[in-house]
Amino acid sequence: MVVNSQFLDTDAIRKDFPILQRTVHGDKPLVYLDNAATSQSPQQVIDSIVEYYSLHNANVHRGIHVLAEEATALYEGARDKVAAFINAGAREEVVFTKNSSEALNLVANVLGWAEAPYGIRPGDEIVISEMEHHSNIVPWQLTAERIGAKLRWFGITDEGRLDLSNVNELINERTKVVSLVHVSNILGTVNPVETIVKRAHEVGALVVLDASQSAPHLPLDVQALGADFVAFTGHKMLGPTGVGVLWGRRDLLEELPPFLGGGEMIQTVTMEKSTYAGLPHKYEAGTPPISEVIALGTAVDYLNGIGMDKVAAHEHAITEYALGRLQDVEGLRIIGPATNEDRGAAISFVLGDIHPHDVGQVLDEHGIAVRVGHHCARPVCVRFGIPATTRASFYLYSTPAEVDALIVGLDQVKRFFGV
Amino acid sequence: MAAEHREGREVSTEMQLESMYQEIILDHYRHPHHKGLREPFASQVHHVNPTCGDEVTMRVDLKGDVISDISYESQGCSISQASASVMADLLIGKSVEQAREVQETFLRLMQSKLDGPEFAEEHEEVLEDAVAFAGVAKYPGRVKCALLSWMAWKDATAQALDDTESGVKA
Repeated sequence: MVVNSQFLDTDAIRKDFPILQRTVHGDKPLVYLDNAATSQSPQQVIDSIVEYYSLHNANVHRGIHVLAEEATALYEGARDKVAAFINAGAREEVVFTKNSSEALNLVANVLGWAEAPYGIRPGDEIVISEMEHHSNIVPWQLTAERIGAKLRWFGITDEGRLDLSNVNELINERTKVVSLVHVSNILGTVNPVETIVKRAHEVGALVVLDASQSAPHLPLDVQALGADFVAFTGHKMLGPTGVGVLWGRRDLLEELPPFLGGGEMIQTVTMEKSTYAGLPHKYEAGTPPISEVIALGTAVDYLNGIGMDKVAAHEHAITEYALGRLQDVEGLRIIGPATNEDRGAAISFVLGDIHPHDVGQVLDEHGIAVRVGHHCARPVCVRFGIPATTRASFYLYSTPAEVDALIVGLDQVKRFFGV
Repeated sequence: MAAEHREGREVSTEMQLESMYQEIILDHYRHPHHKGLREPFASQVHHVNPTCGDEVTMRVDLKGDVISDISYESQGCSISQASASVMADLLIGKSVEQAREVQETFLRLMQSKLDGPEFAEEHEEVLEDAVAFAGVAKYPGRVKCALLSWMAWKDATAQALDDTESGVKA
C-alpha cells in the first residue's frame, strides 16, 4: 500500500467517471492509462451535454428567441471559465477551435499571410523542436514550404530533455516564430518555457506554445508564461472531443488576418469586400461546437473544484511511484526523463525486443489500456533509434494500484513472449 | 483479490490471447524463415504501415512462371514478422497463379472479422500454415500488421511481371 499525502481521494473522484466502473474482456476492471491520448469525462460533463440538447439547443449569436439567448449565454459563459482557468488578460483572447491542431494551423497560417512586422517572409526562420507532436511540425512545414522560409529545430538530449546548447544560435535575428511543446506527449518532458520566451523575445520572435499536455495537468497561467499564443484541446482535460482553444495576445489577434471565412466572423459583407468582426469572433467562422464548448466549461469547473495544484501534485506522486516501479522491471528502458524533475505524467518505454504492439495487445487482454506506436511524434522514435514505444499516461483519477496492475501486466507480457 | 480468482482469470485471458498468438505465429516470430535480402531478384518494394511504423523491404524473384525466391528485411510486431515468414514459406516454389490464390484467400481471411476460424477451416487446403492467423481477423488494429508483407509481395510480383513483359531488366 502506497501512502502519500499528495494523492487525491481517487475513490471519491472515480465515482464521478462512469466509464471507470466498466469492465472489459469479460470481467476485467478497466485500467485506463491512455490519458495523454484522451481523458475520460465525469458525469457532470456528460450531463451538461445532455442538458444543453434537452433544454437550450439553438444557434449562438443569432436570433432573439429564448433558446438562442440561453445558448449564447452558456457558450460565452464557458469562454469566461476558460479565460479564468488560464488567467487570460481578457476573455476576447480565448478563441475556440476544433482542437489543438486547428489552433496551431490557425497561427501557422495567419503568420504566413500577415503583413509586416509579423508576417513570415522568404528567408525567415521558424524554430520548433524534435519532440513536437506532428500537429506542431506539419503546419510549420507547410507554411515554410509555401513561403520559402527555413524550418529549424531544437534537438533532444539522451535524457529526453530539450537540447539548449545552441539556443542562441538557433533563435537568432532571422527567427520569426518559435513554436514549442510545453510538455512532450511522448517523453513527458516539461520544457523550460521561460528560457525560450526570453531568448525569442530578445530577437523579436513570437512564441507559440503547444499546451495540449500541460493545460489538463498543471496550473496554467498564460500571462506568467509569457508566450504569445497557447494552444490546447478539450478532450484531454475531461471535456469532449471537437473543441480546442487558442489563446493569443489581444494586440496580435487584432492585427493578424482572419483564418477561416464565413458566418459569425464578419462585420459587414458586400459582394466586393467584407470587414471582420472583433475578437474573438473574427477567428470563429461558422457555427461553433456549442455543446462541446459548454461541456468544456463544465470540465473546467470540475478541475477547479479539485484544484489544479492538487491535480499536479497527485500526478507528480503517481509518476514518481510509476518511474520507480517501471525501472525495477528487467529489460525495460524508459524513453524520456527517468527522474521526476520537470516531468509530466506520460511515461514511454520499450520492453526488451518485444514490439510495443505486442506489449499493448497483451496488456489489453488484461484490461490495461496503454498507447503504443510513435504517438504522432515519429522524429522522437527516430532520434532514439526505436520503431515505437509503449506509453502509460496518468491523470487525476489514476491510482498506485493501477501502476501495480501495469507492472503485473508487463510480467505477463514477458512470460508470454518468452523473455 | 483471491489467488484462485486471479488464477482463473489468467487462464481465460491466455486462452483468448492464444487465439491470436498461436504457437506457430510465436515460433515464426522468434525464428523467421527466409529473412534477409538475397540476390538475384526481379523486383524490390518497400512498404510501410503508417499507423504503427512497421516496415518491410520485399524482394521477389521469378523463374518463368514460378516464384523462385522471396526475401525480405523487416521490422515490426510479432504478427507482421510471423506473417512475412509464413508467407515466404508458403509461396516460394508456387506458380504465380497459385500464389495469387493463396494471397487472395489470406486477404479474405483477414477481412472475415469474427468468422476467421470458420473461414480458415474451410480454406485450410489453400492457406496451409496461414490458418494460424485466423484469430487476428477479429482485431481490426492488427489486420494491417498481418497483411503488410502480403501486400508488399503482391506489389513486388506485379512489378516483376510488368518488367518481364516489357522486357526491362529489373
